[in-house]
Amino acid sequence: MKILALDTATEACSVALSVDGRIQERFETAGRSHTERLMPMVQELVAGAGLAFSQLDGIACGVGPGSFAGVRIGVGYTKGLALALDRPVVGVSSLPAMALRAIRGGASRVLAAIDARMNEVYWGAYRATADGLPQPLLEERVCTPVEVPRTAGGEWTAVGTGWGSYGDALRAAAAVEPRQVVADALPHAEDILRLALPQFQGGQAISGDALLPLYLRNKVALTLLEQAALRASR
Amino acid sequence: MRSRRQRQCTRYNILMNILGIETSCDETAAAIYGPAGLAAHALHSQIALHAEYGGVVPELASRDHVSRINPLIREVLAQAGLRPSDLDGVAYTAGPGLIGALMVGASVAAGIATAHGLPLIPVHHMEAHLLAPMLEDPRPEFPFLALLVSGGHTLLVDVQGVGRYEILGESLDDAVGEAFDKTAKLLGLPYPGGPHLARLAEGGGASKAWRFPRPMTDRPGLEFSFSGLKTAVLTALPKARNEQDRADLAWAFQEAVTDTLAIKCARALEQTGLEQLVVAGGVGANKRLREKLGELARRQGLRLYFPRHEFCTDNAAMIAYAGWARRSEGRLPHGKLFTTPRWAISELQPPTPATA
Repeated sequence: MKILALDTATEACSVALSVDGRIQERFETAGRSHTERLMPMVQELVAGAGLAFSQLDGIACGVGPGSFAGVRIGVGYTKGLALALDRPVVGVSSLPAMALRAIRGGASRVLAAIDARMNEVYWGAYRATADGLPQPLLEERVCTPVEVPRTAGGEWTAVGTGWGSYGDALRAAAAVEPRQVVADALPHAEDILRLALPQFQGGQAISGDALLPLYLRNKVALTLLEQAALRASR
Repeated sequence: MRSRRQRQCTRYNILMNILGIETSCDETAAAIYGPAGLAAHALHSQIALHAEYGGVVPELASRDHVSRINPLIREVLAQAGLRPSDLDGVAYTAGPGLIGALMVGASVAAGIATAHGLPLIPVHHMEAHLLAPMLEDPRPEFPFLALLVSGGHTLLVDVQGVGRYEILGESLDDAVGEAFDKTAKLLGLPYPGGPHLARLAEGGGASKAWRFPRPMTDRPGLEFSFSGLKTAVLTALPKARNEQDRADLAWAFQEAVTDTLAIKCARALEQTGLEQLVVAGGVGANKRLREKLGELARRQGLRLYFPRHEFCTDNAAMIAYAGWARRSEGRLPHGKLFTTPRWAISELQPPTPATA
């Protein structure tokens, strides 16, 4: 199976290619220049492997949470590729992708936190299954650092930019002292690919038309009625 | 699927099928322009989505583009009887517009172009509006005078050919569509205000209680200014006691705006000696503007061209056409994906090599 994976949801821009189980990845910290780097990185990887795009069997895509505008670059590109190649896609969240990387590094339980700006974090908690995959312990969410749920104790590895921005508040709210904090951890296309492969093999891939970003933060503006209510309450 | 060699041979000829994608503001659209002209076009308007918020919410616009665009592209491919691999290029609105919204269309276009090694053609949204009358039959021949009137622009342009534009006049403050929308808001009309104001004005005029100035018509030059009119309406508003007064106010505002546009068009035609007038952009759908310019054309023996209503407002047919006119400028999708929120139309150059 030949699967291309890409992710533009955070400061990172990464692409990965699996050719019959062998995985290669290109990873860069792109800041805001995903539109400059994504296409050249994809071309280098696919052409470098001697493949034509028509030989791909599917595309895996990081769907966030992360930067709204950033994630749409990868999702939009994936939708275009999938439509034009008539191939299925699998969307993968940033949070389990980061957890998988920590598990591959030896962690057994992972708290993933991405700085969501506006004094909030994207939050997920995972434990490693016997197969070394991240099993979610709660639903991914966006909340203020003091609102993250308490953990049940035990040994945790902490990953993500949320830990850099709000480490103390997260430690207090989650009631943990992580054995390791990797505050510069970012999602990698390689991990997105590893999480997507079983879904492609299991026939769970979807049409690119149905691929959507996972924003988590869904209230982005007030309706006229809400604006009026807010004015009235002041 | 055709081989790359065959595609190379046809790259710049008129047999090319160009997919156009538009996502610069609050319309999601796709179209295909090919050897026989416009082959297909489809559009989803987000007006209902944004109306609830009283105006375009850029983040919500971007989110809606992502969920709507693929089915629209499938629809135009089906209408045109083409597979994605039959396309010869992918044009997308690169700017000006809402940057997050633009990036959605650009990214999808890049994915399609990457899949089949097709050239990507960035299109200037206002150039596309300006060329929209070329989708009609009869269509204008170069050179012509273009009046571009929309929510973001008020431009008088001397158009000598594709990419050969001289701006003769533009608004120093609010764009004309913006003035319509803001004034409509003052009158308590829902978003998008322009068409609502025009509808309200249809019942007005009888009392002639109000008459607003025709801004900047009493001095030479082709510049516009509309923000003062909006203020004049605001000042007059307390005296509007009933629905008829409000309709009269709307009428007086619309008369002032459309007279001003007609006066400046007449002046620009005289100054340039051009004999064709092309009107494009959303405000080009305004009935009173059409009547007044029609009268001007009859009086002076000019030929007047309006795109059909659905090609006055944002659409992808004009993007596909502009992309087709600039098909020689496509670049394989290996480099930076170009989008820009601001892009002056005067920066454009004729396509090289010339194809239109």
